[in-house]
Amino acid sequence: MIKRTAMGIIFSNMHDNHLGSLTRGRTTGSVPFGGRYRLVDFVLSSMVNSGVREVGVIAKSNYQTLMEHLGSGREWDLARKLGGLTVLPPYSSGDNQGIYAGRLDALAGVSSYIQNGRAEYVILADCDLIANLDFQKMIAFHEEKGAEITLAYRREKIRREGNENISVFEVGSDGRVGQVWLSPQAEEEQNAYLNVAVMKRELLEKIVEDARSRNKRSFTKDILVEKSDSMRIYAYEIENCVMRINSLQDYFDASMALLQPQVRQELFPSNRPILTRVRDQVPAKYGLGAAVKNSLVADGCIIEGAVENSIIFRGAKIGRGAVIRNSIVMAGSVIGDGARLEYVVADRETTIRDTRTLVGYKTYPLFIEKKSVI
Amino acid sequence: MRKKEWIAMLLAGGQGSRLYSLTKNLAKPAVPFGGKYRIIDFPLSNCVNSGIDTVGVLTQYQPLVLNEYIGSGQPWDLDRQEGGVFVLPPYQKSSGSDWYTGTANAIYQNLPFIERYDPEYVLILSGDHIYKMDYEKMLKFHKEKEADCTIAVLQVPMEEASRFGIMNAYDDGQIYEFEEKPANPKSNLASMGIYIFSWNKLREYLEKDAKTPGSANDFGKNIIPNMLAAHERMYAYAFDGYWKDVGTIDSLWEANMDLLDPKVPLSLYDPEWKIYARNPALPPHYIAPGAVVQNSMITEGCVIEGTVDFSVIFAGVTIEEGAVVRDSIIMPGSVVKKGAVVDYTIVAEQAVIGENAVIGARPEKMENISEWGVTVIGNGVTIGAGVNIAPKSMVETDITAEEVQGK
Repeated sequence: MIKRTAMGIIFSNMHDNHLGSLTRGRTTGSVPFGGRYRLVDFVLSSMVNSGVREVGVIAKSNYQTLMEHLGSGREWDLARKLGGLTVLPPYSSGDNQGIYAGRLDALAGVSSYIQNGRAEYVILADCDLIANLDFQKMIAFHEEKGAEITLAYRREKIRREGNENISVFEVGSDGRVGQVWLSPQAEEEQNAYLNVAVMKRELLEKIVEDARSRNKRSFTKDILVEKSDSMRIYAYEIENCVMRINSLQDYFDASMALLQPQVRQELFPSNRPILTRVRDQVPAKYGLGAAVKNSLVADGCIIEGAVENSIIFRGAKIGRGAVIRNSIVMAGSVIGDGARLEYVVADRETTIRDTRTLVGYKTYPLFIEKKSVI
Repeated sequence: MRKKEWIAMLLAGGQGSRLYSLTKNLAKPAVPFGGKYRIIDFPLSNCVNSGIDTVGVLTQYQPLVLNEYIGSGQPWDLDRQEGGVFVLPPYQKSSGSDWYTGTANAIYQNLPFIERYDPEYVLILSGDHIYKMDYEKMLKFHKEKEADCTIAVLQVPMEEASRFGIMNAYDDGQIYEFEEKPANPKSNLASMGIYIFSWNKLREYLEKDAKTPGSANDFGKNIIPNMLAAHERMYAYAFDGYWKDVGTIDSLWEANMDLLDPKVPLSLYDPEWKIYARNPALPPHYIAPGAVVQNSMITEGCVIEGTVDFSVIFAGVTIEEGAVVRDSIIMPGSVVKKGAVVDYTIVAEQAVIGENAVIGARPEKMENISEWGVTVIGNGVTIGAGVNIAPKSMVETDITAEEVQGK
């Protein structure tokens, strides 16, 4: 397989409106996940592990935490003189209003970044996927099919609720995309588009230019739905573990899936690590009386209570006699002595005082906002 | 090059022969410590936290791991436009080439490096101690005393003083005598191997020492006594925090265990004084349903299915179902297989402890306590299933079950 050069474009704010309090004050890309990561880490590391050396992250709003997290891109080995990581905040000039309305609109705002790229291909992706993707394989598929655009998809049981930003399509026996539907109504297993697309950089430039002159803003509506007949659009199935975070329930379920060894094996193979910002924390410390079962615990934690089926992020403290079950405790949160949490997602730096009891339900986890004190 | 007020020189060339198999392929400062660190992280982090931005690391024994580990210095924020961290091995000169013959010689051979920064003061450190110390306070003391040399000292129990280099000083801190491991110590101020010199003085004595035939070219044996004999202004700077020499198996084991003891005054949680390290990219550690973990430190990438008590577990370690690890240190990437029991043992990196193997023992179980000690399993060693390794052993090569039966 000949290695092709590709640049990545990541949309960090797509899906912000589906994640409730998790995206209050942050982008989808900077939502904490899996004990020490943020959502952007998965797609960004996938790109880096696939040999991508220039990545633009398009930011729209609330991107301070994202910028802080990405920094110069050093942790992803993207602090480079040529290429590397570039955060692309809203930019207004002439007919561009700054805040974009759709992917094409956003791409129009960064067209000079794309034009200045040196890679042959462009990978477009959002931050809502928990996956370790091999884009070189996808590009090889793209070339083999002689495709103009290749879309990544997976077989997925569609739920009517929360389907408004899901697109599905027909896939012909040769892999070509047929009809494309937005917000599908049928609750059955379908070919769900993962909002990951590959094409030649030159083609993307042309599409963006054309869209700008015709005032087209949506990549799915204006390109995929409109052009599936006239363009050679192919579908590449992702068969390994992909979890999509499209709702708070998805977030909770995907987090809990990390407790399964085979999910961790697929997401964190040693030769394709998921990279993230280093925080220089101490190893987690377990005190006398700690009783931890089936849980993920990150560095910097101090655990003195019972933790079961839970994910404890960096630097969280679980007090003596506290009982944490089926919950997610994010970085820097402090759970007091004797407190009890069940089906709770405590955002960063929350304080749950001694002996407080908070109980959600499996299908309705209780989300506690960042820095809350209870 | 802009002038720097002070720079640090870190002596990292020692073989650390008393760590035996742990330093077989590794310089002592590169020995893993405390779950995710290496020993050298402590002096390097202290430097950065004390405002030092230029550090020369003098290496000569097995430098490969250390070189790779230090790299650009970025994890310690020592990748600087001017200065930063430099690994300084011995090098060839037109006048010939020499290994570093002693601690003072190592600094002497790097005079040109130090001169590039034209410092007022030079801080000399060694790479085998675990402690947190603000060198800036010591520099302030050095300036206040208008000293030529300031030596950090620690009060040790009087009965242990004969194991250390002892500084005899007046009440104001001025040192009038230095005794290396005195049989009848006059004071309990032990040298911590941390020196601040006014650079002009140090250069003078280094040059003099280099011309002295038969000199051991050593700070403790030559430079310090010579300066004292010449009545230079030498001061003892009292340090009262945690400090531990980790030059032996027992002290390395103890210092790791100290991290688990809430009474020991070495907190690694201080956000104002972080100890930095090069971090592997591993997911959080996973504690399985059947695991029992208490009184321990565990870091990223581990999978714990067995029992862990009073132990320090480094990155990427797997402890399988039914295995028991107590009072032990398991270094990066090692695996303890099903049903194995590991007591009072240091397992080095990438070792494999086979199923149902029994490594080391608990002191209370010994009939003859003199046969007891910390067990060491060397780097990359595989211990076969069911093999029993006696306490105090140093295992450097693989041992299979068949070999044991054959004996």
